[in-house]
Amino acid sequence: MSEENTPEAPATQDLSRRAFLGVSASAAAAAAGFVALAPGVKLMELAHAQSAYPAAGQFASSKIRWGMLIDTTKCATGCSDCVTACNTENAIEPGSGRPAQSSQWIRKIELKEQAGGHRELSLPMMCQHCANPPCVDVCPTGASFKRADGIVLVDRHICIGCRYCMMACPYQARSFVDEPLHDQNPEVPRGQGCVEACTLCVQRIDRGLGPACVEACTQAGHGAMLFGDLNDPAGEIAKRIATTASSQVRADLRLDPGVRYQGI
Amino acid sequence: MLRRVSRWFRWFTPPIALAAFAALAAFATPAAAEVPKPEIVIANPGSKCIASPEVMRRTHMTMLLHQREKTLRLGERGAKVSLEGCIECHASKTTGSVLGTDQNFCQTCHAYVAVKVDCFDCHQPKTGMVKTTGIKP
Repeated sequence: MSEENTPEAPATQDLSRRAFLGVSASAAAAAAGFVALAPGVKLMELAHAQSAYPAAGQFASSKIRWGMLIDTTKCATGCSDCVTACNTENAIEPGSGRPAQSSQWIRKIELKEQAGGHRELSLPMMCQHCANPPCVDVCPTGASFKRADGIVLVDRHICIGCRYCMMACPYQARSFVDEPLHDQNPEVPRGQGCVEACTLCVQRIDRGLGPACVEACTQAGHGAMLFGDLNDPAGEIAKRIATTASSQVRADLRLDPGVRYQGI
Repeated sequence: MLRRVSRWFRWFTPPIALAAFAALAAFATPAAAEVPKPEIVIANPGSKCIASPEVMRRTHMTMLLHQREKTLRLGERGAKVSLEGCIECHASKTTGSVLGTDQNFCQTCHAYVAVKVDCFDCHQPKTGMVKTTGIKP
């Protein structure tokens, strides 16, 4: 999809989403997500109260580029709250008894420095939402695509399940569903015969919320994941990327991933 | 049944044809040989219908086809046409689903016309299944 053909969302929509996410991000940083706005009203309740889709006729804007900054120094070894939250939100059932068969939209990786072994790292790995996604390049049907706001998705309506994108992805971020599924989240249609991956919780983003994993990480008090608009210079994520050293995984491939890591 | 009778009509002389027609008509009249017409019961009739039943019967598939492109690829939400919106009102009161039995909304007609409905291989056919992250504030 070329960006010229993409209808622009009105500026007010951008501002409200940005403003909301900015508020939630800074509040979360200040008090680990527990902000009493009024007696008995917490930030999360406010977030859920606001969680309605915008009116029809508003489209994803190419002025925005959603991204994530993961601070590996804050990511706790052994913690898998982000994975659990992802599985719940997207109705992924890892407990089918055959973990090799179940989808994996996000996974925790534990690293140990080989020389000396003193330094241990833990980080979540998921679809990096590249600006130049190889999965989109190789897709023979056009099912793999990048939305105007930088989210890389699979159009399951036209995915034929060839799994070429799975081979092309250097992050091994995609999974194939090879058996019939039940009890999907109505907002997250998933089914047999299609490749799927992290959607950055697009159904939540469109309602002005952040991804479930980020919310869970903040709730758990780690605050290792930060979500926001990489294009917004006033936003928390763009400021952090501008001021602290962050890196892209496999930067040599020049895919310009939207997910950045700190401390690796 | 009637079409077959009219094609044969050319090959018969009028009296024989009339007799044959009468005989065939006698067989054709009992409805037992036909698949019963679907009886559509709207479990939760509301005021949210987006078009008349006549229009919906003919064009619901086109509506959903065009809207899915806008929703998925362009990120339009809250549109008038929505599969979730259909299910909200049309799901059966007893099973909460539009599938499952021939009395349930989508399956009723699709079984009658023998058209496979594969929307629900991926989409959730039941109401009230929204999942949240399970994070408590």
